[in-house]
Amino acid sequence: MSWVSACQLDDIEQEGAIRFDHGGRTYAIYRGPDDRVYCTAGLCTHEAIHLADGLVMDFEVECPKHSGAFDYRTGEAIRLPACENLKTYPAEVVDGEVRVALN
Amino acid sequence: MDAIVIVGAGESGTRAAFALREAGYAGTVTLVGVEPHLPYERPPLSKPENGAVTLKAVCSGEALLGAGIIYLQGVGASSLDAARRSLTLSDGRVLTYDKLLLATGARPRKLMCQGAERALDFRTYDDAKVVLASVDASRSVAIIGGGLIGMELAAVLGGKGLAVSVIEAAPKPLGRAVPSHFAARLHSRHIEEGVHFHLGQGVCEIRQNTVLLTDGTSVPADVVVAAIGVQPEIALAETAGLATGNGILTDAFLRTSDPDIFAAGDCAAVEQYGGGHVRFESWRNARAQAETAARNMAGAVEPFAAIPWFWSDQYDLGLQVAGQPQQDHQCVMRALPTGELAFYLDDGRLVAAAGLGLGNSLAKDIRLSEMLIAASVRPDPAVLADPSVNLKALLKNAKAA
Repeated sequence: MSWVSACQLDDIEQEGAIRFDHGGRTYAIYRGPDDRVYCTAGLCTHEAIHLADGLVMDFEVECPKHSGAFDYRTGEAIRLPACENLKTYPAEVVDGEVRVALN
Repeated sequence: MDAIVIVGAGESGTRAAFALREAGYAGTVTLVGVEPHLPYERPPLSKPENGAVTLKAVCSGEALLGAGIIYLQGVGASSLDAARRSLTLSDGRVLTYDKLLLATGARPRKLMCQGAERALDFRTYDDAKVVLASVDASRSVAIIGGGLIGMELAAVLGGKGLAVSVIEAAPKPLGRAVPSHFAARLHSRHIEEGVHFHLGQGVCEIRQNTVLLTDGTSVPADVVVAAIGVQPEIALAETAGLATGNGILTDAFLRTSDPDIFAAGDCAAVEQYGGGHVRFESWRNARAQAETAARNMAGAVEPFAAIPWFWSDQYDLGLQVAGQPQQDHQCVMRALPTGELAFYLDDGRLVAAAGLGLGNSLAKDIRLSEMLIAASVRPDPAVLADPSVNLKALLKNAKAA
């Protein structure tokens, strides 16, 4: 597993998300209420809307257009119209730096 | 055997079919749709990616099969007999039902001028394909109607290098659904992008390659699109003698004047708490009403109480509106790096919010505003105006209070 440096933990507000682009793909990185970080594919499985613009509440991210929702820890689709799960990637914080493993 | 029939396979009817199964309904569910396609989403039609119209299905054929939904595709409904609980289809078939949902939607309002038949409609996937194919071989397009559909189309077609004119009878575009501050912002952006506006003008005649306005102006138009709004599809309801007005009238539970017939989506005019009936034309409303109607048809007794919400994409700007902003509300603006939010207070209570900004950048603030509206908060206007105050923190405080 190769880890990629994505951002600083302080770049993401608690219960928030940012967009991260790498290798021609786009991802969303979340900082949970537990202050841990999580990474998923960036685009909603329903209509390719970027989830980093969506509302993060607890461990749920909601699509900013259609209100489909996912548990960003597992990628599980938990509210329609999203029905296909999101891909997730390992993420960690090392000395204040957020790293993600994308393959 | 229990049977529910749904007339109309748009966003609302299709959502209702699945929501019946989610509510545990085990009887027969038949979905009748007049268009020759799988049920599809209409919002993407006026926001085509890379200039091409794509059919974005609401669900797959397998999903319909998997949920045991009988989908009658390309079949209309010609008459409804409420006393016999029977529906006659355009191919002569007769379906009987225990409960019926009318999700018949709306159809484009027709122009009444000379040459009106030259104007293209913009409602269905087939309409969108015709419009996009027509403009590809043209140099100019006139869009009659400066509402949301007209303005979204102007943004898309302007991007294809055509001369775009918008003709609107009112003195300003977007006057009906969009708060005036944001309507003015969008109007300016369209002017910057080169869209020509003819405001306060009626159409006298549509000729080949020209639209003649009431003040005598000739607007060049190889293609003319009519986007002057829709009217609810109530003809079937009328054959059954149901109460209608600006839509099929329902009570707060989405029941029509016949207790076994419900209505949802663009066609439904729903009784309001303060009196009167209101009809909404939005994607979210179509789905939310479908879900309430489905649960009520399956035995629940639940009033429809969702806060109205819609979005519009024009150029790189995203507009979202939650609630119904009115002229007499106190309006509080909040400036943000990517756009502006407006909050609307009625006697101190937050009742609506709107935002216009880059892409979906303000979506989460509007979503939080919607939750604040639902929580009936009475926020300090100075706090709402302050961009350093996180709306999520306001919501958590409201919930803790």
